[in-house]
Amino acid sequence: MSSEIRFTDFKSDKQPTWCPGCGDFGTMNGMMKALANTGNDPDNTFVVAGIGCSGKIGTYMHSYALHGVHGRALPVGIGVKSANPNLEVMVSGGDGDGYSIGAGHFVHAVRRNMDMTYVVMDNRIYGLTKGQFSPTSREDFETATSPDGPKQAPVNPLALALAADGTFIAQSFSSDAQRHEEIVQQAVEHDGFGFVNVYSPCVTFNDVDTYDYFRDTIVDVEDEDHDPTDRDAAREMITDDETEYQGVLYQDEDSVPYNERHGLTENMADIPDGAPEDATDLVREFY
Amino acid sequence: MPDDLNWAIGGEAGDGINSTGKIFAQALSRAGRQVFTSKDFASRIRGGYTAYKVRSSTERVESVVDRLDVLIALTQRTVEENMDELHEGSVIIYDGERTMMEDFEAPEGMIDMPVPLKRLAQDAGGAIMQNIVALGAACEAANFPIENLDEALEKRFGDKGQSIIENNQQAARLGEEYVQEEYDREDFGYDIETTDNDYVLLNGDEAIGMGAIAAGCRFYSGYPITPATDVMEYLKGRLERYGGHVMQAEDELSAINMALGAARAGARAMTATSGPGIDLMAETFGLVATSETPLVICDVMRSGPSTGMPTKQEQGDLNMTLFGGHGEIPRLVVAPTSISECFHKTIEAFNLAEKYQTPVYLVADLALAVTEQTFSPEEFDMDSVEIDRGKLVGESDIDTWLNDKDQFQPHFPAADGISPRTLPGTSGGAHMTTGLEHDELGRRTEEQEVRIEQVDKRNQKVDTAKSEEDWDYREFGDSDSETLVLSWGSNEGAMREAMDFLDEADVSVRFISVPYLFPRPDLTEEIEAAEEVIVVECNATGQFADVIEHDSLTRLKRVNKYNGVRFKADELAERITEELDTPQEVPT
Ligand SMILES: Cc1ncc(C[n+]2csc(CCOP(=O)(O)OP(=O)(O)O)c2C)c(N)n1
Ligand code: SF4
Repeated sequence: MSSEIRFTDFKSDKQPTWCPGCGDFGTMNGMMKALANTGNDPDNTFVVAGIGCSGKIGTYMHSYALHGVHGRALPVGIGVKSANPNLEVMVSGGDGDGYSIGAGHFVHAVRRNMDMTYVVMDNRIYGLTKGQFSPTSREDFETATSPDGPKQAPVNPLALALAADGTFIAQSFSSDAQRHEEIVQQAVEHDGFGFVNVYSPCVTFNDVDTYDYFRDTIVDVEDEDHDPTDRDAAREMITDDETEYQGVLYQDEDSVPYNERHGLTENMADIPDGAPEDATDLVREFY
Repeated sequence: MPDDLNWAIGGEAGDGINSTGKIFAQALSRAGRQVFTSKDFASRIRGGYTAYKVRSSTERVESVVDRLDVLIALTQRTVEENMDELHEGSVIIYDGERTMMEDFEAPEGMIDMPVPLKRLAQDAGGAIMQNIVALGAACEAANFPIENLDEALEKRFGDKGQSIIENNQQAARLGEEYVQEEYDREDFGYDIETTDNDYVLLNGDEAIGMGAIAAGCRFYSGYPITPATDVMEYLKGRLERYGGHVMQAEDELSAINMALGAARAGARAMTATSGPGIDLMAETFGLVATSETPLVICDVMRSGPSTGMPTKQEQGDLNMTLFGGHGEIPRLVVAPTSISECFHKTIEAFNLAEKYQTPVYLVADLALAVTEQTFSPEEFDMDSVEIDRGKLVGESDIDTWLNDKDQFQPHFPAADGISPRTLPGTSGGAHMTTGLEHDELGRRTEEQEVRIEQVDKRNQKVDTAKSEEDWDYREFGDSDSETLVLSWGSNEGAMREAMDFLDEADVSVRFISVPYLFPRPDLTEEIEAAEEVIVVECNATGQFADVIEHDSLTRLKRVNKYNGVRFKADELAERITEELDTPQEVPT
């Protein structure tokens, strides 16, 4: 079946209610293409989304999916993958969802290294709640809740992931469709936690981190001959606050995902009709 | 109560109190005696008073009583802490050569039994075995054949090698011999009977874990918290044997969301926590219900609010489990009333969760969780375990459930409120679901009619469950009595024994122990038939009494306890008679 799968099979018949021009359209297209390119189909795919404009993605895609509560999408994805490692699990949400309310889960998901993909639509603002600063907003970014700027350092999600021993750390730009699709596809193919931070501009509330801004400033790591297996080189790029990079910044090719380390191979949905055959042994332990 | 023996070892946390107590409890159980244990422990790792108490008899024992016959005191504080329970003829074993106990003398009427625990332990191979020397001394004091200790010591030290086991057995013998030489057994008056009965000894957390495995649970995620952690520690290693997994999450928010994910993928999944964790999980509780995910959420209650008294008993979370969460959340709440019921109700909780595709709270309490009790192994009959996975739809019958656009409808508004369900991987069954209000396809909606339809559908499940399941209660005592006592959770054991004490005072009661808190049995008739109704629970405000009053529109009397300690049988009997219109003296 998978050979006949086209990326449009991952589209639901619900029309997105994102603002015309929102970066999330491109982010989602790339995700659907990456899933189709890697031979997945909606019946073996599980998409988990957080809450935010970005979180609506679960509604617009067609697959097994759960749209959870704000910030908690990653644990849901981890549970899904543990219970049925044959499923392709993709988790997605916004920068507020992932790096603010869900920051704890993010760090732990990275270090757990479950074989799944996490795509964050980073617009450096809270879209759905109408324009407050987010954890990736610049220090002087003026919003209703930060009239003089948040006056605090923005979160560097790639650095957080590197510090947590991430095994696949990448960044893309939703309007560079070709590269974005390629990068997400590499994340899906990665054995372990494939993390992609996607610059996904909010055309309604963010007039600083715009398409033009990214188009003008973004530097592709491939043009720099970057070797993603070189951790030191990756660290240098990731902690370089002056440059916006796209591409795979770091990949551990020896990564062994959590599910493999813990021998999770079975579909846990398959259980006997009654207690396990040797269950009386469990009672005997208490003699 | 003929040959009860109430034994305890007390000292400082870190003194090996727990493992020593457990060895003795196991030895008694292997000798065919019924055992009931209780623990006094403080929320610290080293230091601070801690004790392990064992009550044992050849007959049923289901609670603790205010009485101690043999006490091993590793510190003087141990004696002070237990003064109320010691009586004339109680034996106090201690190390008279230890500086802290050098000047100790047993209070008048009690039997002073200094034994050089440390010195004898050194003779056997190491001071560390001093508690075992004391166990040997206790065997002699109680006239309990010391051979019974041998097996328990093998079980405890088995993985440390044969010589460690033998050293410990030797240490016990030295304790026994010392008492034989220095004291006259006739002075103590204890003579422990043994039987040929086979018993298993386990606590409520273990019973919950064993029930979960029996029920086909395959995924457990949790965050450590007293007194629920034993569920996770029990399952770790064992769940894996059955192809499952135990995941220690970063917090309770994560734990419940992981379990939710695993349940959506089709695994029978569970998380367990205590009050503070239940608060955190409340955020996701509504999502579980709205997305119609089968999930068992276990709350092993401890004393709250906030961090409260982490190692103390309370039944304070009833309102939280019945009403907690924003919005209106359909749920089922099941609460085991004894350790063996922890096993059975856990199995039932899994079936209910999948049948009704909704969260099920499994509510236990500290007194159930940490207390060990003997049962005959048949009590945990694995052959009778039935698994009901509810309305699971496979590939062969998927067509029946697709709409005219070939879309699967996870929230199809079936008349009984329960929709067909597909698991990921099922061809043609792909669907999304969300905590947002949604239509039958799982798509977000704010349409008024659909909203009403979906809310009604979810609530209908509870009504269906109300009519289809047997929301029974457990009844004890005299069903014609004019005095009705109601309780929930661990109070059942204490109350059953309290009835023995009440009998002696010629007070007859009808006792109903309620294991289903929502839906719960309708007790209106029983309440109307009684002259006096007394509700027993470990909380200050009477949360259970409140809901029963609400159901029956009758004002009830209450017996509450919230000092952090469980009810004791004799104490409970006294408290009940105080509530009677004609109070009685209870001989204890
Ligand atoms: C527990 C909780 N707190 C707050 C909210 C309100 N809320 C919804 S979306 C959002 C932030 C969204 O920002 P982001 O994750 O960056 O997504 P975007 O909308 O920008 O795509 C917030 C605070 C909520 N739904 N739940
Ligand atoms: S508010 Fe911003 S993020 Fe939300 S849909 Fe509109 S453009 Fe996209």
